[in-house]
Amino acid sequence: MTHNHRLDHDIVFGLIEPGSRVLDLGCGDGALLFRLAREKSALVRGIECDEQAVQTCVRKGLSVLHGNIEGGLDEYPDCSFDYVIMNQTMQEVRKVDCVIQQARRIGRKVVVGFPNFAHFKSRLIMFFKGKAPVTDSLPYLWYDTPNVRFLSVEDFREFCLGKGIPVLEAHYLGQAGEIRRLPNLRALNAVFVLAGNAGAPDRMEDDEKNLS
Amino acid sequence: MSISEAQKYITDQGSVGIVETQYYTFAEAPHELILECGKSLGSVTLAYETYGALNAERSNAILVVHALSGDAHAAGVHRGEDNPGWWDDMIGPGKAFDTDRYFVICSNVIGGCKGSTGPSSINPKTGKPYALDFPMITVADMVNAQRHLIDHLGIGKLLSVAGGSMGGMQVLQWVASYPERVRSAIPIATALKHSPQQIAFNEVVRQSIMADPDWRQGNYYEYGQPAKGLAVARMIGHITFMSDQSMEEKFSRRLKNGDYSFKFGADFEVEGYLRYRGDSFVRRFDANSYLYITKAVDYFDLSNGKLVSREKPIDTRFLAISFKSDWLYPSVQSQEIVRALQAGLADVTYCEISSTYGHDAFLVEVKEQTELIRHFLEKTYYGYDVLTSHDA
Repeated sequence: MTHNHRLDHDIVFGLIEPGSRVLDLGCGDGALLFRLAREKSALVRGIECDEQAVQTCVRKGLSVLHGNIEGGLDEYPDCSFDYVIMNQTMQEVRKVDCVIQQARRIGRKVVVGFPNFAHFKSRLIMFFKGKAPVTDSLPYLWYDTPNVRFLSVEDFREFCLGKGIPVLEAHYLGQAGEIRRLPNLRALNAVFVLAGNAGAPDRMEDDEKNLS
Repeated sequence: MSISEAQKYITDQGSVGIVETQYYTFAEAPHELILECGKSLGSVTLAYETYGALNAERSNAILVVHALSGDAHAAGVHRGEDNPGWWDDMIGPGKAFDTDRYFVICSNVIGGCKGSTGPSSINPKTGKPYALDFPMITVADMVNAQRHLIDHLGIGKLLSVAGGSMGGMQVLQWVASYPERVRSAIPIATALKHSPQQIAFNEVVRQSIMADPDWRQGNYYEYGQPAKGLAVARMIGHITFMSDQSMEEKFSRRLKNGDYSFKFGADFEVEGYLRYRGDSFVRRFDANSYLYITKAVDYFDLSNGKLVSREKPIDTRFLAISFKSDWLYPSVQSQEIVRALQAGLADVTYCEISSTYGHDAFLVEVKEQTELIRHFLEKTYYGYDVLTSHDA
């Protein structure tokens, strides 16, 4: 995506416990999953809608499903994964609500990474130029963007609060690294860790057995 | 072709070279094969071919399973003949099923007519062809028979079972019947069960054979095939194998002789093609086999947790492939397989390949399938370590 992308990956990579079961929604070419599999012995799965990207994942030895996230999670049993990752994917999803609900059902934790629409550069472009913003984290022109949802750090916080979704961690990414102060103004991207639906813990053992 | 020509072909194409069909006979009385319908069948002969070499650990064997009218001749050429096997583009040195690494086996299904026991085989009780005395067989019976062959070859666990269409059903059945003997499964352009539309096509196929007076209630072996009915049956099949677009590209409305004849001859190229396909099928395939095998695929049903379930977890890896323009086995049916595997938390990869070739794509879309299958098999065989070089 942008040169900021690797930074997203580093943050997400750092969040995952070794040996976890991970599902990446919109896994792209599988770069993150491959790292997690090799360096953290994670058991990784991905879903990706682009055929070429799926081929690239298979070339890397990854197990990936070609298809849409929306409607593609219904069959997974509760708590199938330790982490469900939605990095730079949510903004391309129409039924965000349903997907996050499903992700929290099948994952113990959900990692959501998204571009911040309220970054000061976007605001300046909007205010002074009166044009749809194009920034490092939102690199597309208005007519060819895959994004269908435009949100800010504050919007997502409010969403989680309103839906009663516990936010376990939040990381904010600037141009060169993590930032802490004034994220809604300064963050290009944000990575939230949400709690899953705390699915029945007694079913976890079965899951482990199934996936081992 | 001559042997020297055949050898040239081998070097040019990365072929497995000259191959020979082998035969394995088992289930002699009183140890007959008990079939799903409750009847027994014996003795049973399976025609099969193998390519490549089995390694010392016997861990590199791949069973390739064929579609409705296929046979054991999947790759290479037979001595003195020039037609390569039905999946020759996929099986051979350096190909998707790389015979430099893997030992590839393909056998003709029971119920077939290409060397394995079927309705045209001699019934040991009467000394005549079985015809309709042949018991009804199912996909599970085909797979059970293959399992005997795999036992005979001394292979405990197959590295993979792979096939398209009815072959894909056998792949799924292998996992359902013998999950502990299959490390990976590659079901291509197939389904967990036939839809009413698919059953309907098969019923029309069967009716066209049975409506031919030359069918004689199946007892035509002394007289010759019910040629008209069988040809029409195959014509129906060929329509379903192609897509709207591939037919447009292949035939459009082109005329064979430049103008309308105002008679019922084959004016359009597509008519000529179907007639040719129908006629050549009569020369190579037994009508009763077509009846039995179409019925077997109609009976096939691994839905509702029969493939894999949370109570019955498996460690088989899956690579499911479908083709966008395939309307006989549409992608939605492969996605149904994927959903069943998701529910069972199985390790599954799925790719819908953009192809305009319709159902035929599994035989002709070599490049994309090769990419997927090669790497999927590598990962299954070697694990992550082999893939370090691809880390980019």
